[in-house]
Amino acid sequence: MSEKDIDEVSGIATTGHEWDGIKELDNPMPRWWVYTFYATIVWAVIYTIAFPAWPMITSATSGMIGWSSRGDVKQELAAAETAKSDYVAAVAAASVEEILADDTLRQFATAAGAAAFKVNCVQCHGSGAAGSAGYPNLNDDEWLWGGTPEAIRTTIAHGIRFDGDDDTRYSEMPAYGDMLSRDEVNAVTSYVLALSQGGELDPVGTQIFADNCAACHGETGKGGVDFGAPDLTDAIWLYGSSKEEIASQIRRPRHGVMPAWQARLGDTTVKELTVYVHSLGGGQ
Amino acid sequence: MVILPTGGLRMRYGAELTGVGVLAFLALIGAAMGVDEPFRQHMWVLFFTVAAFGVLLMRRTAFVPAPAHDNSSYMDDVIRYGAIATMFWGVVGFLVGVIVALQLAFPDLNIEPWFNFGRTRPLHTSAVIFAFCGNALIATSFYVVQRTCRARLFGGDLAWFVFWGYQLFLVMAATGYLLGITQSKEYAEPEWYVDIWLTIVWVAYLVVFMGTILKRKEPHIYVANWFYLAFIVTIAMLHIVNNLAMPHSFLGSQSYSLFAGVQDALTQWWYGHNAVGFFLTAGFLGMMYYFVPKQAERPVYSYRLSIIHFWALIFLYIWAGPHHLHYTALPDWAQTLGMVFSIMLWMPSWGGMINGLMTLSGAWDKIRTDPVIRMMVAAIAFYGMATFEGPMMSIKAVNSLSHYTDWTIGHVHSGALGWNGLITFAALYFMVPRLWNREKLYSQRLVIWHFWLAMVGIVIYAATMWVSGIMQGLMWREYDSQGFLVYSFAETVAAMFPYYVMRAAGGAMFLLGALIMAYNLTRTILGHEREEDPIGGKVATARPALQPAE
Repeated sequence: MSEKDIDEVSGIATTGHEWDGIKELDNPMPRWWVYTFYATIVWAVIYTIAFPAWPMITSATSGMIGWSSRGDVKQELAAAETAKSDYVAAVAAASVEEILADDTLRQFATAAGAAAFKVNCVQCHGSGAAGSAGYPNLNDDEWLWGGTPEAIRTTIAHGIRFDGDDDTRYSEMPAYGDMLSRDEVNAVTSYVLALSQGGELDPVGTQIFADNCAACHGETGKGGVDFGAPDLTDAIWLYGSSKEEIASQIRRPRHGVMPAWQARLGDTTVKELTVYVHSLGGGQ
Repeated sequence: MVILPTGGLRMRYGAELTGVGVLAFLALIGAAMGVDEPFRQHMWVLFFTVAAFGVLLMRRTAFVPAPAHDNSSYMDDVIRYGAIATMFWGVVGFLVGVIVALQLAFPDLNIEPWFNFGRTRPLHTSAVIFAFCGNALIATSFYVVQRTCRARLFGGDLAWFVFWGYQLFLVMAATGYLLGITQSKEYAEPEWYVDIWLTIVWVAYLVVFMGTILKRKEPHIYVANWFYLAFIVTIAMLHIVNNLAMPHSFLGSQSYSLFAGVQDALTQWWYGHNAVGFFLTAGFLGMMYYFVPKQAERPVYSYRLSIIHFWALIFLYIWAGPHHLHYTALPDWAQTLGMVFSIMLWMPSWGGMINGLMTLSGAWDKIRTDPVIRMMVAAIAFYGMATFEGPMMSIKAVNSLSHYTDWTIGHVHSGALGWNGLITFAALYFMVPRLWNREKLYSQRLVIWHFWLAMVGIVIYAATMWVSGIMQGLMWREYDSQGFLVYSFAETVAAMFPYYVMRAAGGAMFLLGALIMAYNLTRTILGHEREEDPIGGKVATARPALQPAE
């Protein structure tokens, strides 16, 4: 090119090309940009020498400093295990009653149980352990299968109506829709409602209850932990407190299932969970 | 096919109508014989869409000689359609975005089964990335390549096929999501038959673009076209490889990916990351390299920088995908490489920012008076922020906190709303008056309204997502002094509620801005001009006579 095309505003030469009125200045690349770019490349080379990076024929370079993400996790977990090891060993060696009797151990087990609860139990029982329809509230003092430390431990360890555990808690209320007439179901529903809400006890319902229900729920309807039979005299209802919901539960009862946790979490964690659940408010 | 009823007369749109008829017939067969219900429904959608298009074409056909094409002029009709489609899909995409944001805050808004979050979320991402950004890229690339090559689009009506074919892809993708058809790959959700259609359209796009470059009348290829070409070629490669799959039945809506396990994950994120890199970065840099110097009326700052940062960006971007799979089953060495390539990508990305901003040297005063320039500067600034944040988040130590949290969502949106959104709006404000031969926009002041609504919306969005993302990450990893987990997952979800509401408000402001733009551009197209004071206040009583520039 014989003569350079100079941009008037900046005084810089253009490259001499023009597209639809657009020209390009012949500015050099900013030095700081070039050197920062070089620096990132140098850093990248050093980093890839230090860490696993370069793929070879059958494997990759493992890096000068011997770091690996699996090794890293192993180390962190080991450190966490070591930090807890004294307490964990003590919990493992003690029975639930012994843990409850020892303040330090109880505090540790409660914290550990709370953490395990957040991961394993909140999906059904809720993060505040308040439950929801079909999933019992663990904060109150009604216990379907018992609220003593040992009863709670058994429930957690072996679950309820859980197929994979021979020691699981099991009971099944019959479907009275097949055995009682519609009127009879209505009568016993009124009776059960009156048990918890007060009011006149339906005489027909009283008789039906005595013949069919008292065996598990007790003469007075107070329930029984041996069969996981709920107390019908209080205001706590697992499947709803309306007349329709109670009648439906009599006709065709639903039965909740809780997994057995012993095999998955181990003895120690089950004990910790027991201590935590026992501490929630209603432990006996 | 050309029908010749009498000597010399040919049916206009004859070949097109034949194609449409064949496609409609195939759709009917699919609707009748499909092996699964969603496929049959989807084929009905295809049939009615194609049939409606056929009716539209038939109403415009005639057995008279077609008017002679003026092949010397630029082919701008297809760009006009593209500009309107960009506006339309933009509003749709932002609206669905606000809806999904509200669905997160208020789960009752999930309407089963068609409008639950699992289906509306890909509807939002695809509407914004492929429909809004994709139409913007196709329209602007056709605009830019003709003007910088001084050549009419290659391939005659092939450009029309690209436009309408792409819209059909969008309709099929969107309706497929709502019907529950997905191959569960992020940003590549459409199933095999929609993927094949997009491949055909995309190859046609490449032919039009490449052909126009080959017949250019300029000796050199302008930098914007390098970026557009890199975008078109690379997206073709990414799309084909990531979607390699075997259909369960050629009359069904399901397929099996060629890849399995971690290889599938790596292929997916090689695709996903470069969809960002080449669709939303390289393509939009092409847009920037044309519209910024045009609007600022200044030369590009540095030719050398543009060539170096182009090749560095193209070479480095393609390796950075593994940073999406830190701390997964992906081998450590691949994670390391994904991270270091992301770090090296920082400066090549910033090369575009420097060239864009420095192009304004000598024209900085225009930020005060020209709201479109203001929008471009903000777009480039968001580009710079997002391309700094990206490499930073790819560092494993940072990623262990940020990954899977809302921080990622915030990062994506500062790029998508700030960079892609604003630069597209600026390009539309530039192109629309010129495409419709209007002297200027309907209103400059409405552009300022749009600018501030968008800016405040983006800042609210990004800031709340930073806070909620970092909070979320910290809550997940919070252990007490005895080494026990402090929060359950449900508690971390509950903690994000206020941020979800604020995020929806930010998105709503962005949507409102886009609606104002749609109004402004529609009035511009209709040829209206609003009576208003010029930007910067009323000029003193007597208008100074125009002086010739020194």
